[in-house]
Amino acid sequence: MKHQPTNAERRDFLKSAGGALGAAVATGFPAIISAQTVTNAIKVGLVGCGGRGSGAARQALTADDYAELTAVADIDQSQIDNCLRNLKRLAKSAPRVKVETSTQFVGLDAFQKVIDSKVDVVLLATPPGFRPDHLAACIAANKHVFCEKPVSTDAPGVRSVMATADQATQKKLSLVAGFCWRYNNMIQDTFQQVESGAIGRLVAYYATYYTSPVKPIPPASTRPAGMSDVEWQIRNWYNFVWLCGDSLVEQAVHSVDKIAWAMRDEPPVSCVGVGGRTIPAEGGNIYDHFEINYIYPNGTRAFLANRQIVGCYNENSDYMLGTDGACTIGRGPQPRIEGKTNWAFSGQQYDMYQREHDLLFAAIRKGQPMNDGKRMATSTLLAIMGRMAAYTGQQVTWDQAMNSQEKLFPEKLEWNGSLEVKPRALPGVTKLV
Amino acid sequence: MGRGDARLGVTIVSLVLLSAAALAQTDEAERANVRRISDRVHAAARKSSGRYRVTIPNTTVSYDMVPVPAGEFTMGSTLKKDEQPPHKVRLDAFWMQAHEVTWDEYRLFMFANEDAGAAAKDQTADAVSHPTRPYVEMSFGMGIDGFPAISMTQHAANKYAEWLSAKTGEFYRLPTEAEWEYACSAGTGDLSKLDDNAWYAANSKGKYQTVATRRPNAWGLYDMLGNVMEWTLDQYAPYLPGDVVNPWVKATTPYPNAVRGGSWNDPPEMLRCSARVASDASWKQQDPQLPKSIWYLTDAQWLGFRLVRPAKLPGVEEMYRYWNSGLEHEEQ
Repeated sequence: MKHQPTNAERRDFLKSAGGALGAAVATGFPAIISAQTVTNAIKVGLVGCGGRGSGAARQALTADDYAELTAVADIDQSQIDNCLRNLKRLAKSAPRVKVETSTQFVGLDAFQKVIDSKVDVVLLATPPGFRPDHLAACIAANKHVFCEKPVSTDAPGVRSVMATADQATQKKLSLVAGFCWRYNNMIQDTFQQVESGAIGRLVAYYATYYTSPVKPIPPASTRPAGMSDVEWQIRNWYNFVWLCGDSLVEQAVHSVDKIAWAMRDEPPVSCVGVGGRTIPAEGGNIYDHFEINYIYPNGTRAFLANRQIVGCYNENSDYMLGTDGACTIGRGPQPRIEGKTNWAFSGQQYDMYQREHDLLFAAIRKGQPMNDGKRMATSTLLAIMGRMAAYTGQQVTWDQAMNSQEKLFPEKLEWNGSLEVKPRALPGVTKLV
Repeated sequence: MGRGDARLGVTIVSLVLLSAAALAQTDEAERANVRRISDRVHAAARKSSGRYRVTIPNTTVSYDMVPVPAGEFTMGSTLKKDEQPPHKVRLDAFWMQAHEVTWDEYRLFMFANEDAGAAAKDQTADAVSHPTRPYVEMSFGMGIDGFPAISMTQHAANKYAEWLSAKTGEFYRLPTEAEWEYACSAGTGDLSKLDDNAWYAANSKGKYQTVATRRPNAWGLYDMLGNVMEWTLDQYAPYLPGDVVNPWVKATTPYPNAVRGGSWNDPPEMLRCSARVASDASWKQQDPQLPKSIWYLTDAQWLGFRLVRPAKLPGVEEMYRYWNSGLEHEEQ
């Protein structure tokens, strides 16, 4: 058609479409760095060029007008090619995608080459098993980091991340975690209500994470001849506990993180759990369902139900029950509180993924580092603790989880190496280590 | 055709002439499949008029089709700038789905390729491109059974129309903006008692509601106003002065396209037959991936659609154009 509406008209519509209850999302948070006068480039390196890593790169380039993507790492050149092609299609970011052939690195040591390529910020978006080592290398080399969740698949990795986060604090480096709900203004407002006593004292938290499987393992017959165990497992990372941590740790950790939030990031005393695999998935070793029950020092309980099976009832909700009312997230677009206090979120919801990067880059510009390190480590461990309880069939205390010696990530990893798949855990048989 | 006489004429319309450049861009596999669906549609063309019920083959899911007579109406209003100028529009007859497409219907399409039963296998229907499996629960806790499907892109709605055409042997597509407004006004203009007729911000309790639980309009169409906004085929663009016949403003860019009807989330002023909303890239803002999905609008929890079945059957090329009217791609 010959005529296009003006941007002003489109904005008017957005306002109207936003409506009374505000389910629409605005295009940007109130400017954080609009008064930015610093125009030197911030060089960004990306480690893990899949869909999420590419999205994180886009958000980084959107967050700061002088951010440049200068180096990338992946295990597969085609992922790098796709990532760069998609980023170059974004008019605003394209000129700042400055990744030469010489700064595209492929392989298990590619992350180190990105770190060594004189970047200022590294975005970590590989499968989570790699995270502790990647993060340690970034902080050792004085890089600011955006770090996707979860941050480890085992307790030794969590301890490593905690030590690394302390170093980041000492070095005044920013470390922002991809526990995105912490950066969602709608959920922030909701937790603020709960923390200020809108439902009285919190008695129980029930969270659901019933979804479809993420990346089911393909038939073994599709494995190319000569492909090593390590390559096969990394390419199908979601099916191996050492790489993904299992669905509870990789996905439902978002709900775990909200539980931690409600408990003011204080650890539970212990937990018990059930879990297993109902639908066969030959070759992998993850469960397809979990239900965990955490108990806290003040007697509050938190229940988390997690399933990844096709064709079942799906739900992703949070129910907080207090002495004076209940708070519900995820039954309809707006969180609400009912009881002595009646409240529903109103206003605009901003893009939480973009917000993570807006704050990270603003912190770097202002020289006022932010550090999610402790929180991201404890939320990850809280999920790992639940997995341990389900895998072993035992009650697991926080101290046991924190001190667990079970190291899932291989000591030595070679691209062409062989790597046995540990059998799927059997409650009552699998030991708590 | 007279009022109320939505008689189906099996008319092969002459093919749209395509430029060499456009021809080069066409997708031959898609075109061949559209030809197969077209054959099916022509073979199945029925003579009936009036309201009727369709049960999607091999399922128990059904929906009603309501006849909308050919006629002329005044499109637009003087209330808002983008509704001006009011202008005369002539339209051919069509049937329209009596209610918004429900999850019961849409999920058959979303999960069509995962159907374990071989009985329902249909190569032509299965050849229509299908949504990627959604990872999260796409009703956002608002409910599935009998509730309207939401958060799909216009591309997804187009592909649903193609799939449903293959399944049923009846030709379906999204309504044009003019068809939508005409059907909404039902020859009587806007409804006066909004609370009896529509789910909107003041009465929806913050979520969509079961379809067809408010009063229908004069032509028997439910929830044209409120519950969920509805996709049309058209690019959102200023109206041109002058009378038009069967207008369709073809999209040349992925955004903005025209969306109509207001939703559970809107104030009364948005619930008017002539009120227009422009789709926007921010409607899938919270998709953290790059590239973003071409199937889902993560942030449009108030947007659905319903389909029409034109009384005059289009030719193969036109079908192709309706079902591939504006492929989603990354904004900017």
